[in-house]
Amino acid sequence: MSDRVPVLKLGQVLLVSIQVDLEDQIVLDLQDDLAERIVATGATGVVIDITALEIVDSFVGRMLANTAAISRMLDAETVVVGMRPAVAITLVELGLSLGGVRTALTLEKGLALLERDRTARTGRP
Amino acid sequence: MAVERASERLVELLTRDDAVQEQWVTAVSATLGGRISRAELERELSELYQSLVQALDKGGLDWRDEAYSEVRALLVELSRARARHGFTPTETAVSVFACKDVLEPTEDSTAEDVKAYLQLTRLLDSLGMFTIEAYARTREEIISAQAEQLLELSTPVVKLWEGVVAVPLVGTLDSARTQVVMEKLLQSLVDSESEHAIIDITGVPAVDTEVAQHLLKTVVAARLMGAECTISGIRPQIAQTLVALGVQFGDIVTKATLQDALRHVLQLSGAQAPLGGSR
Repeated sequence: MSDRVPVLKLGQVLLVSIQVDLEDQIVLDLQDDLAERIVATGATGVVIDITALEIVDSFVGRMLANTAAISRMLDAETVVVGMRPAVAITLVELGLSLGGVRTALTLEKGLALLERDRTARTGRP
Repeated sequence: MAVERASERLVELLTRDDAVQEQWVTAVSATLGGRISRAELERELSELYQSLVQALDKGGLDWRDEAYSEVRALLVELSRARARHGFTPTETAVSVFACKDVLEPTEDSTAEDVKAYLQLTRLLDSLGMFTIEAYARTREEIISAQAEQLLELSTPVVKLWEGVVAVPLVGTLDSARTQVVMEKLLQSLVDSESEHAIIDITGVPAVDTEVAQHLLKTVVAARLMGAECTISGIRPQIAQTLVALGVQFGDIVTKATLQDALRHVLQLSGAQAPLGGSR
């Protein structure tokens, strides 16, 4: 139970930076934590940073899609950032296109994307 | 011992006079048609000649023997040089086989000499085959190196604009090439932090379902990383074939020319730089 992925709050956005190898239990814990934190903080966006991930299996791929769906239900947009080329190729070969998950190249671009979205939705900067 | 006697006799025959080596060089240079200078040939063959005599002197007629390691090394070097310069296998092997002609027994040779000569022929045959093998190996190395170079050459990723990269694909696409293209494109997206990529297939002669599948995979992988791909340069016949094959690109943007694709991408990205403007 030692490894838990921290969920950081950054303004209206929750930042999850995954730095450890994802075991199934960690993934499930993260999903729980994230859902609770979204409700607790009223965040409008979630950024999942997977820059450090070298391997993504189908389970993690599904988790990303699920998390995006859960967050959307709680009125928060999810952006997955920093996916490595090798990981993207693996996911495509596995036939997982992560439908419904938004992606960005870098954390910066991901935050900008959420900001643009929020501006468009609320109609004010 | 018969073998020892034979090899001793051979050493005598080979070192009888300097003419042996001279004749050998002449025989080889006749078949090579002056494509290698005589001086170079003399150098190569005299090394080979000396190491052969030494090996025979140490005894044994088995070419796999320790005594022959230098002969083998020289032969490998020789066949590599020949293969690199585009000589045929015959022209390579003649360097070894010409030695036989030089020592061919005459009418007044003794029976012992003939026997020794036959032993030598056997040895030279094995060495000749060894040479050919080395030659073929070098040729294969050259071919695979060239294939690799071709793969590298044919897939440049160019930066067209701030945040826009393009891959002009030229030549037939197969799985191996597509894999390389995909990896290079995705890596360059990361390196240049570009959000848009244009895949231009003007130079691809034919597109079938498999190639289309590869293109689709590349686009989906780029999307996973947070970049959008546009496919451009689809020629009329290719568009017809794709439709006839039932290939659908779905929501992937396709444009007729690279120009159209670039314009589209610039519009999408808010055109930070004006088209045809001062920049």
